[in-house]
Amino acid sequence: MAAEQPKRPAIRWHIAVFLAPAVLVYTAVMILPLFNTLKLSLYTDVANSQVFIGLDNFRLLFGDPRWAGQFWNALGNNVWFFVIHMLVQNPIGILLAALLSNPRLRMRAFYRTAIFIPTILSFVIAGFAWKLILSPLWGVAPNLLDLVGLKSLFQPWLGKEAYALTTLALISVWQFVGIPMMLIYAALLSIPDELLEAAECDGVTGMAQFWKIKLPLVLPAIGIISILTFVGNFNAFDLIYSTQGALAGPDFSTDILGTFLYRTFFGFQLQLGDPNLGAAIATAMFAIILIGVSIYLFGIQRRLRRYQF
Amino acid sequence: MSTARHSPAHSIAAHAILIAYTVIALFPVVVIVINAFKSRKAIFRAPLSLPDADSFSLIGFETVLKQGDFLLYFQNSLIVTIVSLFLVLLFGAMAAFALSEYRFRGNTLMGLYLALGIMIPIRLGTVAILQMMVASNLVNTRTALILVYTAQGLPLAVFILSEFMRQVSDDLKNAGRIDGLSEYRIFFRLVLPLVRPAMATVAVFTMIPIWNDLWFPLILAPAEETKTVTLGAQVFIGQFVTNWNAVLAALSLAILPVLILYLIFSRQLIRGITSGAVK
Repeated sequence: MAAEQPKRPAIRWHIAVFLAPAVLVYTAVMILPLFNTLKLSLYTDVANSQVFIGLDNFRLLFGDPRWAGQFWNALGNNVWFFVIHMLVQNPIGILLAALLSNPRLRMRAFYRTAIFIPTILSFVIAGFAWKLILSPLWGVAPNLLDLVGLKSLFQPWLGKEAYALTTLALISVWQFVGIPMMLIYAALLSIPDELLEAAECDGVTGMAQFWKIKLPLVLPAIGIISILTFVGNFNAFDLIYSTQGALAGPDFSTDILGTFLYRTFFGFQLQLGDPNLGAAIATAMFAIILIGVSIYLFGIQRRLRRYQF
Repeated sequence: MSTARHSPAHSIAAHAILIAYTVIALFPVVVIVINAFKSRKAIFRAPLSLPDADSFSLIGFETVLKQGDFLLYFQNSLIVTIVSLFLVLLFGAMAAFALSEYRFRGNTLMGLYLALGIMIPIRLGTVAILQMMVASNLVNTRTALILVYTAQGLPLAVFILSEFMRQVSDDLKNAGRIDGLSEYRIFFRLVLPLVRPAMATVAVFTMIPIWNDLWFPLILAPAEETKTVTLGAQVFIGQFVTNWNAVLAALSLAILPVLILYLIFSRQLIRGITSGAVK
């Protein structure tokens, strides 16, 4: 990317040298495959050669009874997965951050470090750990419920169609909650003391202070968390695959776009893999994520007021 | 800050909530780790008690070390993570320096182009990435994973590092130029040492998703010789579902190294997140 400037005719090669490695790797391994995937979704395989078929893959995906049912099921499940995250993860994150941001609280560092631990573990570990704990065979969960007299409530949650997806979403929230906690905590710490002192002079304290002053000021942070969660949820895969397998059981009730993409693209058991249809699913996911990110960038982020301190 | 509202009752309530949530956060990890050191009987009889002389057993770890090649998996994960991390930091810092230091045509556009990858996950290109790796004979090699993770980590690294490099004083760099240092020396000798804290932050953010990833090892490098710990644990547990000792031991082996690393770097990580990344 060396550019010539009128006063200095020499091409500044060092700029190109500094940029080249990053741009090359990024373009070759990320951007080009992304475009190739979009392109592949318009082709199909006929006797080992790629044939252009326009939007037929998408017609298959959205309308053909063999595929459409699975696709809409996965999309619906994915939306529910995201809704649970937004409804559970953000309030818990805000509550914990608000408690931690009190400078007089003792053992702040300990709580912070401990509550963040699940976030650094892999989905595989988190998934299996909860699978064991919720297992009716082992009995840790029923025993714990027994301690508080609620044993009758116990169900093999991961094995029931009605509860499995919600349970998995809650496991994912358990793991991910450290991120909103930390980002909101950082935003709360950056509110200047003068502002809060002024509020106190005006008699705005306690809960009123939180709702009227602090919460509006951390809204941009909540916006960033929401979009991070959105992108993360709509390409999630690891947790479902490691706890429920590629078939996302029971009876596909936990199937989300990531697992659907994996099954379609790679094949599973008797089903043969179809890279072109897989590319079509990836393209649909790309579109969904792009729409979400655009809504955030152009619709939400611009309306959020940023305060300069 | 505020003073009037911090009555003892408030503070007790705050601690109660935080302790309750800490218990929720740590409980699964603790249950897994303590039961990994118990005999099969004790795992089922008293899952919540600590191992004692009677119930202590390492049978699970013995099975894991005999059956699964966890040492190899660790080695693979370490190589992949460290090499990718090194490349992300080196290439990322170089690109960030070019973007923040020089004015050239297309600078902003290049910045935006590189930032695209922060929001668009690289997983969406998997179909074509696999085809590319097949075409270049890189399937089931650590190189394939390293390439993918380097591309995945670069956008955020360039973004964060160029923010920090803008803060390095111009006087210092100009002094270096007057002393006849080349642009390369200015970057490696003057600028890089000054952004070391930012590099550490980027390192932690880059490392965790690479170490924990299941998707790319599963698709690009599922062979026995190239399995990473995350994939190895996943496959091993899938095969030994009924051997509770082995499953718990495998999980503990996967948890402990990450946990130790985290406890060492947690200050750095938390400072990194809270140092205004939100603004």
